[in-house]
Amino acid sequence: MTTEVLATTGAGIEIEGVNLAYGANVALRDISLSIAPGEFFALLGPSGSGKSTLLRLLAGFNRANAGRVRIAGADVAALPPWQRDVGMVFQNYALWPHLTVGENVAFGLEERRWARERIRARVRDVLDLVSLNGYDDRRPGQLSGGQQQRVAIARTLAIEPRVLLLDEPLSNLDAKLRASTGLELKRLQRRLGITTVFVTHDQQEAMTIADRLAVLDQGVIQQVGTPRELYDAPVNRFVAEFVGSINMYAGTVRAGATGTSTVEVDGLGCVALPDERVVGMATGSAVAVAFRPHAVRLAGPGPVAGLAFDAEVGTTEFLGEFVRHDLLVGALRVVADLPHARFAEAQAPGARVRFVVAPGEILVLADPPR
Amino acid sequence: MSAAGPPQGANRAPSGGSAAASAASVGAVQSPAVGTIRAAAGGAWLLALPVAAFIIVFLAWPVATVLYAAFADGQGGFTTGHIGAFLSISLMREAFVNSLVVALGSVAFATLIAVPLAYLTVRFDFRGAALVQTLGVLPLVMPPFVGAVALQLLFGRNGSINLLLGEAFGIRIPFMDGLNGVIFVEGLHYFPFILLNLVAALGNIDSAMEEAAQNLGSHGFRLFRRVVFPLAAPGFVAGAALVFVKVFDDLGTPLVLNVTNMLAPQAYLRITSVGLEDPIGYVIALVMIVFSIGALALSARLTRGRDYATLTRGGTSMRKRPLAGGSAVLAYGWVLLVLALVLSPHLGLLLLSLAKVWSYSVLPEGFTLQHFALVLTDSRQMIGNTLLYCTLAAGIDIVLGTAIAYLVLRTRLPGRQWLDWGASAALAIPGIVLAIGFLRAFRGIELPFVGGALTATWVAIMLAYAVRRLPYAVRSCVAALQQVHVSLEEAAQSLGANRRRVARRIVIPLMMGGILAGFVTSFTTAAVELSATILLVTRESQAPLSYGIYLYNQSIATRGPAAALGVIAIVIVALGMYVSQRLLSARDGDARIAEDAR
Repeated sequence: MTTEVLATTGAGIEIEGVNLAYGANVALRDISLSIAPGEFFALLGPSGSGKSTLLRLLAGFNRANAGRVRIAGADVAALPPWQRDVGMVFQNYALWPHLTVGENVAFGLEERRWARERIRARVRDVLDLVSLNGYDDRRPGQLSGGQQQRVAIARTLAIEPRVLLLDEPLSNLDAKLRASTGLELKRLQRRLGITTVFVTHDQQEAMTIADRLAVLDQGVIQQVGTPRELYDAPVNRFVAEFVGSINMYAGTVRAGATGTSTVEVDGLGCVALPDERVVGMATGSAVAVAFRPHAVRLAGPGPVAGLAFDAEVGTTEFLGEFVRHDLLVGALRVVADLPHARFAEAQAPGARVRFVVAPGEILVLADPPR
Repeated sequence: MSAAGPPQGANRAPSGGSAAASAASVGAVQSPAVGTIRAAAGGAWLLALPVAAFIIVFLAWPVATVLYAAFADGQGGFTTGHIGAFLSISLMREAFVNSLVVALGSVAFATLIAVPLAYLTVRFDFRGAALVQTLGVLPLVMPPFVGAVALQLLFGRNGSINLLLGEAFGIRIPFMDGLNGVIFVEGLHYFPFILLNLVAALGNIDSAMEEAAQNLGSHGFRLFRRVVFPLAAPGFVAGAALVFVKVFDDLGTPLVLNVTNMLAPQAYLRITSVGLEDPIGYVIALVMIVFSIGALALSARLTRGRDYATLTRGGTSMRKRPLAGGSAVLAYGWVLLVLALVLSPHLGLLLLSLAKVWSYSVLPEGFTLQHFALVLTDSRQMIGNTLLYCTLAAGIDIVLGTAIAYLVLRTRLPGRQWLDWGASAALAIPGIVLAIGFLRAFRGIELPFVGGALTATWVAIMLAYAVRRLPYAVRSCVAALQQVHVSLEEAAQSLGANRRRVARRIVIPLMMGGILAGFVTSFTTAAVELSATILLVTRESQAPLSYGIYLYNQSIATRGPAAALGVIAIVIVALGMYVSQRLLSARDGDARIAEDAR
């Protein structure tokens, strides 16, 4: 294969205390982040969260007002985009329509004044890498969206960048192509061992592809971790709600038996939790209590551990592997995803049923819902 | 942008195919019942026939007679002998080479002015950008021949600049000597065609195009040369082709500057001195047509399939950088220098129109209003003639333009695109060639009521204006109708209005801004038309303003009144452009409503 020829290396990225503002408009606030060599890292957030700004900062298109960005240990603040060796794949691919596929891919090498023969060999190799051999003479406009993206990736990889930046790489593809392309990207990244940072607003995309991710909101990093960490232990309401779906309610911490605290969930009832789950939250303080829809279970007869409540079944949605139940508890709504067994009926709308959420599935967050 | 009516309309014409293509798709969207199509087809034919007749009789036939005469041996046979004769005359060969040199030189000079200006406006965030916009419009309010004499007084051998240079450094720059003068005047007048097209093309480049190149290691001039300029190149080519054609066809400027060894003046001189039977005049006309069509066809070919407008929905155009320090000084210096150059014919004309005496001096000696007084008493008829001819010609143009727009965009009449192409073909026909064609095709045709031959009356002048300015009106009307969404008409139909009433109550009112803008554009550009006028004016009582300016410029003694007439012409055109600007911004408002209605 061609990976021997393409000498990509993973460079580590260190971001320290970066602030960036356009006038009074703060885009990034005190960003610190460390990305390991060879890591596939995602920047996840809603639009306007600053994730693209951060990516463009790495590429050199934005300038920080304060802070430091190091790539492979060297400060890159003084380097213009064309001296960074940081390859970026643009959201709209930015293939130049006046050049052929081959000329697009050769561009960066020509800028590096490579010999013609060497360029030709490299163009062939990287087009091979993205399974587009033989497409050299096509114009970008003659390719499908997926092919265009592969050309854009090949064009970037050709220069053996120290870091690969992907701006919403899957957003311009149709749903079917999205999943396979995501896997393909990951496989390519593993093979080349290139440090990769990609930006997305789609949490599912980020969770499936990335080794680790940072969730951004309003220019601030909310949490950094593996997909599993973020899903199981979100540090605040924003992350909990942005990553996966979740039920969230206001609650209050009450005193409990030794070693435990009772958390009262407004309108749902009380649950006893070990003290370490409410560290830093004083008795009487307002908190948010949250649990995932699939954590809700039917409660059997008799006493149960955890948060138990009686609910009236509202509407149900059959989704195949599970059935989404919209439950009404007084004025509160609870979404419960109950596993579907073959030929089993869903709970009948209007039925009154007792549900329970195991203590281990309950999240207590210090910031109460508004 | 409306002030750029003529060049924009003009540059779209070569790609008439795309308008037709979009027309076809519009037609496909609309699917009226079969019965309506049949009923409408009859009406469409009724509308199409007179339009086609006008184009055939007043454009195709005259041009065909010119081409025929270039190859006719006089006994009804075919000969290439006239072309041989043309080539054997050394003056003709010289005229041909000179015309090419001047046209290409003007393109080069215009490029030199336009490219840096375009780049500055798109690349940098500076106040000068607004000035550059103004620059783009200023030269269009005056045809080059009007300012030529004023430029001679400023830049000529004994003009203001050379007097100053001579005094200070003992040097003289031959700005206005011979062909230089034509290139200088034409380039200075026509660079906006390149500027406007280039600015539009640069503005359509997505910022990611440039950033991708930077990301791969490119920057500075190399980045401009390899990525930015090639992406804008189709706009540049379209503008450059227009400049070439305009200059190649221009008769007034060489005549006023007394440069006769070029093709257009030679054609004029052959026809007026040797006579209508002289075949050489027709060969010159043939060469001019071939080069005009050739340049436009080449530009269409070079730009075909190269729609590099890469700006995507939600994308941003190239990011502007603030200008600071030395580069700001340089940029402002360049803009101000060009502004001074561009304004010089206008200023010179104004000075000349107010000057008592102005020769061999930096500035006029003494000022007077007597030229204006003279012109306003002596030439009132010329002004009246211009208003009459141009009103009628522009009126014909918008009626035809509206009809063509409707036929092309709203019917499925077979061959309807040919009406658009036919009307737009007038762009490639030099004025002098059309005039020669009129003289030859319509000689001996008597007009009822007016009395006398058609070619001896002002009607011929007016019709020539209508033909020459038809493309502008067509483009304006087509653009206006394109902005009226079909659903607006369908809504009226579903509420019970038939096609005629829909046209009258919905379509025409919504198009009105564009139609009026087309009227004004046709009117103002016809008001300063000279190359067809000059051959078709047979009596001084028929002469319009443009002819008067030319006539007065023939003698040094009457250059003052010529300048005064020129100032009046500029005022008329500038007023027209202002009105068309207002009309177009009103139309944009309507278009937004139409857009919202989708």
